[in-house]
Amino acid sequence: MRTAGIDIGSITAKAAIMENGAVLGTRVIFTGYNVEIASRKVYDELLAELDMPGSAVEKIISTGYGRNSVPFAHKAMTEIICHGTGAHFLRNDIRTVIDVGGQDSKAMVVDGSGMVRDFVMNDKCAAGTGRFLEVMARALEVNLDDFGAQSLKAANASRISSICTVFAESEVISLISKGESRENIIAGIHDSVASRVYAMAQRIKASAPIMMTGGVAKNIGVVRALEKKFNTAIEVNEYAQVNGAIGAAVLAARL
Amino acid sequence: MSTPEKDKTRKFRAAKRMREIMTEYYIDAKSAVQTGRKVAWITSGGPVEPLIVMDVIPVYPENYGAMIGASHMGGDLCSKAEALGYSTDLCSYARADIACAIENGGPIGGLPRPDMLICCNNICGTVLKWYEIHARYFNVPLFIFDTPFCHTEFPEIARRYVRSQLDEYVSFLEGVCGRPFDLEKSREVGALSLQGQRLWQAVLDTAAHRPAPMTAFDAFFFLALIVTLRGTKTVVDFYQELLAEMNERIDRGIWAIPNERYRLLWDNLPVWYRLKWLSETFEAHDACLVADTYTTAWCGSMKYIDENNFFDSMAEAYTRIYLNIGIDEMVKTIYTMIDKYEVDGMVMHSNRSCKPYSFGQYDIQKMIQEHKGIPCMVIESHMTDERSFSESQTATRIDAFMEMIKQKKG
Repeated sequence: MRTAGIDIGSITAKAAIMENGAVLGTRVIFTGYNVEIASRKVYDELLAELDMPGSAVEKIISTGYGRNSVPFAHKAMTEIICHGTGAHFLRNDIRTVIDVGGQDSKAMVVDGSGMVRDFVMNDKCAAGTGRFLEVMARALEVNLDDFGAQSLKAANASRISSICTVFAESEVISLISKGESRENIIAGIHDSVASRVYAMAQRIKASAPIMMTGGVAKNIGVVRALEKKFNTAIEVNEYAQVNGAIGAAVLAARL
Repeated sequence: MSTPEKDKTRKFRAAKRMREIMTEYYIDAKSAVQTGRKVAWITSGGPVEPLIVMDVIPVYPENYGAMIGASHMGGDLCSKAEALGYSTDLCSYARADIACAIENGGPIGGLPRPDMLICCNNICGTVLKWYEIHARYFNVPLFIFDTPFCHTEFPEIARRYVRSQLDEYVSFLEGVCGRPFDLEKSREVGALSLQGQRLWQAVLDTAAHRPAPMTAFDAFFFLALIVTLRGTKTVVDFYQELLAEMNERIDRGIWAIPNERYRLLWDNLPVWYRLKWLSETFEAHDACLVADTYTTAWCGSMKYIDENNFFDSMAEAYTRIYLNIGIDEMVKTIYTMIDKYEVDGMVMHSNRSCKPYSFGQYDIQKMIQEHKGIPCMVIESHMTDERSFSESQTATRIDAFMEMIKQKKG
């Protein structure tokens, strides 16, 4: 049975197509202004890449913030359940999933059968999200993709004490003017994100093995900072960013 | 979504009657100057019975706050209060109410001017400053009824302290009204208050039926009378009528959520400006909010009332209300509710406006998950300030929470 998962996030739209428990392909594009068009586009592009007609896919589940604006999906489910299912699919002993996306961060506790037992989301604040990192990258004039690697070169991570994105940005600017190195500031920013996410995950008694998903999982600096906080290795799968879409495709097979 | 036909049967007959009573009540209050009666503004958890005895019309800025919230005027009024210098961290009832008083705005053309203010701090500490502001602004006498916090017990020293204030309260009322307090009438009012509370509890208890004939959203609406007119016959008659209607619904099989599959418990004040949206969002999951800690608070301390000595026992009953007790006591109340209403999960409103209600929620959540094994979710908001509500975030949380419950329960 062929199924698809479409995950429409605030920044990127993701699609995954699966067949009998194997991932056939995935795709990521920018969501842009029109969610409906983005969902169609990411799915069509993936179908084209796999040289597959739409009729070859039996069931589709949509997820993410735009989940209710995907007209061709058979069902919409939240990214919380989808990320839990996706992580369990990729590694079935995972007990905690940390998903840091564009506009929010979440932690989920998953049981042995992949069911989400508890979850927590960031409150109405961009701190601890991908957006926070974007703002900081702009302030530091660094490409976001280089953020992770640069922070690993830091001698001493700066301390960013403010938890508000706007205030933290001015804190970063004042660190720049004091002559603090870019690497140290970036490492400090990663520590700040990690602290927020760690504190949040503690609320639901996060336990190892831990997997990180979502776009921010691509940032090695944040992953390392989180590993230090949790005092354990954090699994980052090659499918981290499309994990929600994979989870949706896995769930679609159960429809 | 339900069909118009269904909506017709699901509408409560009593709702019309309640609107009439509330309209009459506000007309009475607003024409008090003409009729020669006095108006007291009082906090929602304050001892209202002595005011009823003295024929003073009690007016509740908090009830008005709910009205402001429900009519989506909270955000604007809060901005006005902020322009006057009040912090955004302050309770949104306080901000909206202060703005209304000073700007002379708000629903129903504002509240009638008070002749006195009665502030009981059993619900929070904010009310002290809030009422002091009003006392200065309106230049009217303020009576502060101080109820010490009861972590677990109500010690004798607290009893004596609070009881002595009841005498001071009576003297204060006699002074402002210029006539003596009628003890005989006090007994009658006490009996009616207790009867009203018992009936309100009986109404809420009908939701223990599976499926439930009412939801917490209905309770948020029907609550107004037990808050405002406690101690009057109007309240007793009304809740008798409402109780009969609930029982009739059970007999006829009219359920609040037609396909009720999941039963939830709500904690904290409602999000007044999002009642309809929240109610529809939960209904779309076949989930019924069968009970809540908020509306239960107006009958929650009945156990401390001595029916043969209402006046004296008010000291304990008003001190040991839900918001004036420790977390261990709160959680006991919640455990009882979880069992009584057979709930599958708990929805907590982390309400930035109401600190005493929201502080400790995460601990309570942990205790519930450990002892009762039911999932809990948190919605973040302000009860009256709609500027702080994020629909898509809240929707994702509710949807994920319901998906989790469905996975668990099947």
